[in-house]
Amino acid sequence: MKTYAMKLPHTQPRTFLIIAAALWFGLYQTLEQLSYSIVNALSVGKGSHLYDTLQFFFYDTPKVLMLLVGVVMVMGMVNSHFTPERTRALLSGRHEGVGNVMAALLGIVTPFCSCSAVPLFIGFVQAGVPLGVTFSFLISAPMVNEVALALLFGLFGWKIAALYLGLGLSIAIVAGFIIGKLRMEHHLEDWVRNMAHVQATVSADELTLSDRIEAGFSSVREIVGKVWLYVLAGIAIGAGIHGYVPAEFMAGFMGSENWWSVPLSVLIGVPLYSNAAGIIPIVEALLAKGASLGTVLAFMMSVIALSFPEMVILRKVLKPALIATFIAVVSIGIMLVGYVFNAVV
Amino acid sequence: MKNIKVLGTGCANCKTTLKLIEAAAKNKGVEIQLEKVEDIQAIMGYGVMSTPGVVVDGKVVHAGGVPSQDKIAGWL
Repeated sequence: MKTYAMKLPHTQPRTFLIIAAALWFGLYQTLEQLSYSIVNALSVGKGSHLYDTLQFFFYDTPKVLMLLVGVVMVMGMVNSHFTPERTRALLSGRHEGVGNVMAALLGIVTPFCSCSAVPLFIGFVQAGVPLGVTFSFLISAPMVNEVALALLFGLFGWKIAALYLGLGLSIAIVAGFIIGKLRMEHHLEDWVRNMAHVQATVSADELTLSDRIEAGFSSVREIVGKVWLYVLAGIAIGAGIHGYVPAEFMAGFMGSENWWSVPLSVLIGVPLYSNAAGIIPIVEALLAKGASLGTVLAFMMSVIALSFPEMVILRKVLKPALIATFIAVVSIGIMLVGYVFNAVV
Repeated sequence: MKNIKVLGTGCANCKTTLKLIEAAAKNKGVEIQLEKVEDIQAIMGYGVMSTPGVVVDGKVVHAGGVPSQDKIAGWL
């Protein structure tokens, strides 16, 4: 039986996916009930701070981990369609405008690791992808990713996840478009501009459905293996705040009444670097203490999208003027998002 | 003797790849000459866009992500 189940992804990939999805949904539906059963079994006084805290923890932990596994699995399979080479072929020769929108969207589905940013950047430019379009991709890829979206959805609901998605894409599109319009090609380092132009080609190794399932498994192992500890710590902090810390604690400092709270958050966020999984616990803590949503999102975006180590790597291919422009345009975009959010929500 | 180069700017995945290849070669008792290429200009010279990349005897055989055990065994 066990060996049969192990072989299923290879022999009957379609059946495997259907069964796995059904099990996932079934289990997900029972989580809330389960969390109450566990807390009740612990004989903690109903209605106490500890009861709230424990129930929150036992509900959120499996919920967020399940969402993470589900989303990373699906994205791992989707990612296997969009290798960087194919994305480059799709973008080469595109004009600004349409190209920026496509690049930002492809940034979501193309697998990307920040250590690949520079080779990717050069590879794109070398194949004739316009500079502004390349930047749209470079901004969207780390900022709008599946881990951030799954966590936002699990902890704050679909509205905030959707807003984050929409605004992240908008910043990537508009910032890339502006950088393109500034015509800064001569601010690339000389050796990059002098590299031979290459044809964007795709080596087509077709993957079967079971190969893609395997790709999904390996991204679950890699990503969930890396971030689960952050997630757990974040939920524990969130649970503590949920039960004990009075709301409105941060309202005076990071509330929407203070016009300077947004630029200050961005200023603090830019030099910091963390991935989405590391920053979301902090986001949760700030929000729960009464910080306003726009300010917190601006902080989160500036930490993920702009970072000091990334700038050091990019300096090898970009001259200082272009790096400064990149930081300025993206920071201003993030601040605008912060203000708009604070005004609307 | 096979010459294997790992292309990468020093991220965690590149180091893992290097270790995996080293271990696989030791296991099989195959002698290899393992090199690490960290210079970005040199990496781009191989036309690799996503690191880590692996080059066996001057030919790019892998790019993007840590290679699987089977794949490594295939190169040796």
